[in-house]
Amino acid sequence: MMKSKNLRKVLLKSGRIIDPFSKKTFKGDILIENGKISKIGSSIPFRGKGYDIIDCKGLVVTHGFCDIHVHFREPGREDKETLETGANAAIAGGFTQVCTMANTNPVIDSPEHIHYIVSKSEKLPVDIFPIGAVSKNQEGKDLTEMLLMQKNGAVAFSDDGLPIQNAQFMKLALTYSKMLNVPIMNHAEDIFLRNDGVMNASTTSNNLGLKGNSSLAEAVMVYRDLILATSMNCKLHLLHLSTKESVDLLKQFKSKKNLISSEVSPHHLYFVDEDIENFNTNLKVGPPIRGKADRKALIEAIKSGLIDCIATDHAPHTIEDKETTFNDAEFGMIGLESCFGVVNKVLVKENGMSLKSLIEKLTVNPRKVMNLDANLFVEGKHAQITIFDPNKKWVFEDKHIQSKSSNSPFLGKELTGKIKYILSKNQIFSI
Amino acid sequence: MLKSKHLIGLENFPISDLNKIIDTSFKFKDILQTEERKAILLKGKTIVNMFFENSTRTKISFSLAEKRLGADSINFSASTSSVKKGETLKDTVQNIESMKIDGAVIRHSHPGSSLELTKYIDGSVINAGDGSHEHPTQAILDMVTLKEKFGKIKGLKVGIVGDILNSRVARSDIFALKKLGAEVVVCGPSTLLPSDAKKLGINITYNLDEVLSWCDAVIALRIQLERMHLGRIPSKREYHSEFGLTFERISKLKKDIVIMHPGPMNRGVEIDSKVADSENAVILDQVLNGVASRMSILYLLLNDGKNNL
Repeated sequence: MMKSKNLRKVLLKSGRIIDPFSKKTFKGDILIENGKISKIGSSIPFRGKGYDIIDCKGLVVTHGFCDIHVHFREPGREDKETLETGANAAIAGGFTQVCTMANTNPVIDSPEHIHYIVSKSEKLPVDIFPIGAVSKNQEGKDLTEMLLMQKNGAVAFSDDGLPIQNAQFMKLALTYSKMLNVPIMNHAEDIFLRNDGVMNASTTSNNLGLKGNSSLAEAVMVYRDLILATSMNCKLHLLHLSTKESVDLLKQFKSKKNLISSEVSPHHLYFVDEDIENFNTNLKVGPPIRGKADRKALIEAIKSGLIDCIATDHAPHTIEDKETTFNDAEFGMIGLESCFGVVNKVLVKENGMSLKSLIEKLTVNPRKVMNLDANLFVEGKHAQITIFDPNKKWVFEDKHIQSKSSNSPFLGKELTGKIKYILSKNQIFSI
Repeated sequence: MLKSKHLIGLENFPISDLNKIIDTSFKFKDILQTEERKAILLKGKTIVNMFFENSTRTKISFSLAEKRLGADSINFSASTSSVKKGETLKDTVQNIESMKIDGAVIRHSHPGSSLELTKYIDGSVINAGDGSHEHPTQAILDMVTLKEKFGKIKGLKVGIVGDILNSRVARSDIFALKKLGAEVVVCGPSTLLPSDAKKLGINITYNLDEVLSWCDAVIALRIQLERMHLGRIPSKREYHSEFGLTFERISKLKKDIVIMHPGPMNRGVEIDSKVADSENAVILDQVLNGVASRMSILYLLLNDGKNNL
């Protein structure tokens, strides 16, 4: 269970400080007073009464993580998640900032809706930045008031959940967003090629008798979006990439890196479609878990920096939404609480990625995509700090979940790397 | 007289002709301000006004200009003609031509329609707006208005705000202003700005406040509400907030700027009523200058030297 305390005077002692912005790593202390970093140094003397000392020996002290892709279901489906329970799940996963997708009910498609999310999130323990819808009611027809939405706090625009199918509309949306200097984040799937598929089109889907979603459905749309954005000089963020073909396309467009960013979700790095053999509905997700070659390509791409960010696509669903046949189950899984243990295990422990590089994908890179301040370890700034044990092995269980939903295929899996403390918005949480 | 026989567009119109029309417009403006308001210089000339598209200002302005010059003018509008019965543009025009006319004024929704007309007509053709192509007489009256206010156009800083991509007024204004040596910045939502600004020799920006604090004069364009349905603007509210000449924006400027609008205005969208009706607005001067400019254009194109100004 999480415990929290006010962040009046705290000394983080003897941690391995990794600052992914300055790219410096050193053993040292961080002093926090009234919620702000007041000193960072190799050894800060003990201050006496009233100070909480956190022994960080053997632990990594780094920037609070930032997840630019979560679904918190409020307004509309508060039975699945609220802004508050979502914020708690974020804390449990080491995240101090999250960006919420707009596909709620009603859709977050006006400045008034953005204002609602911002004001309801003010007192929550993490920063919640809303992503506004690109089209009114996510219908893919009429542009939303992006300029006014940005003024009210929208950090980017996405119809995630629904792909923007009409290329002319996508072109206009990209053009309009040029004024804001923020990316359009498209859920890149051609719905006709997707062909009502419920899992990756493969031998496994054939054997299970489930309708397949071809990797071409993603590749075709990723290519369309890349060619549109780069030829018009507009910013594009590719959500939850899942296929080898998408990685190949990213390579082709490498010279336009200033315009293009992308993300991969922990579950696409961990699972392959064969894992669905027993019709586990918690593995039903959009885009689907793909094959071994896709997983390998994604791991290589995040390691090499071709893909910039790790984003969970945290998608809570009720038990009844998942305790049904594979065909009828909803798409999506929760991901915040298990994220670090999963990606640290797969990427650092099993595939030789450096911990520093992994941290960049969870901190500096996502913040840069969203134009958020990424230089956090500066004296005087609000403390957004995550402290974890990179080597701790643990089994992910129900008790670790803060989300209102528990639709996770990681339940019962052994993960490596555990969040210990989070400092966020004037509070310190111990996990 | 002019080098040109027709006035189709300003892109390739000789500067000397443009200057002559502007300078002569001032003489006609003086005449319009006399009690008689007439100069019978086109007596016996027949001009047909062909409006295939709706118009209030331009149509009345041409009719008045023709009457003040003593020409015989006939009006033709698509809604009451055999165009409705399926007649082609060529046949319609050739029939009119065979009735012996000296000049034709045409407005049509298709770009290039006025140029097409020159093939069938011996007289002069004047473009009163052809689709999204050009509206040269509007640009000329804008130049007359600017010259009247500032004494010259060379070196003037002019901002044009609105739908630059689809506006024939913007296009003609840009050609005229660049020819006469003004600096031009266009401003509007990115979905309504041309991607070839550099080729036109103009700068573009999305920041209206920047334009207003830079310019000597600003031309607000009518935002065509039907464009919204094409998905290029999300709402009137957002347009007004970011690209509207609001009273708040204008009153915080530390200088006076001249405010122009070709009409018809959407008050409360691209321009606030308080701004449109303010001292700085020359929108009604533009209308009177429109009559003077069109008298000048008709006189210089159609006069055969029998009656001189």
